[in-house]
Amino acid sequence: MRWLKVGALLVVVGFLLGAAAWMHPFGLPWASDMDDYFIANAQGEAAANNVVTSVVFDYRGFDTLGEATVLLCAVVGVALMLRRITR
Amino acid sequence: MSVVVRTIARIIVPMILAFGGYVIMHGHLTPGGGFQGGAVVASAVALIVVVFGAERLKRRKTLLSLLEDLGAIAFIALAFLGIGVTFFRNVLAGGGGLFGVPVPPGPNPGFLDTGGTLPLMNWAVGLKVIAGLGSVVVLFGLFGGKDDR
Repeated sequence: MRWLKVGALLVVVGFLLGAAAWMHPFGLPWASDMDDYFIANAQGEAAANNVVTSVVFDYRGFDTLGEATVLLCAVVGVALMLRRITR
Repeated sequence: MSVVVRTIARIIVPMILAFGGYVIMHGHLTPGGGFQGGAVVASAVALIVVVFGAERLKRRKTLLSLLEDLGAIAFIALAFLGIGVTFFRNVLAGGGGLFGVPVPPGPNPGFLDTGGTLPLMNWAVGLKVIAGLGSVVVLFGLFGGKDDR
């Protein structure tokens, strides 16, 4: 059992070391079609110089809607937890 | 809190509110936006709760609830404006109307009257975050009965 644990640990460490050694270079995406499209067309289509904002509120608006819903759920949870209980 | 803290807070809270409004208003030009500016304004609410106590803000809970509803309804309504093409279609962009001035591509000249629905959505989300985080802070401040400031 002890050697099994050591072997599992060695396998995990070896996997992590290999992943670090053959890691894909940072900042070089495999497929950059979406990024190139945003950089080329976002200023013309969304008419905003801040491309990040046009991605957040225009192209990925559903994501922002979900974030707003998460915030609403957090507030409702806090209000439920901290309400005054009268009995 | 002592009179020094109360005086400093009276000076600083309007500055924080102005900075939060600036971050929300320039969300389509500079880094920041509705979430970040709303968090800045909520920090002013937290300062008020710490310095003056949450009892002072207890009567404002109706206002906070109203702001939250207004932000959510405005956000959904702005998203439904573009339902003819897709949900969240930016219909006001480049149209010449409200916030409809087209921008030159390239470096940011900082025109405030651009972005279509983006500034309006920034304000909607900003109101939601102000009301949400502000009411969370007020609720935590009210919790526990008598505050020991």
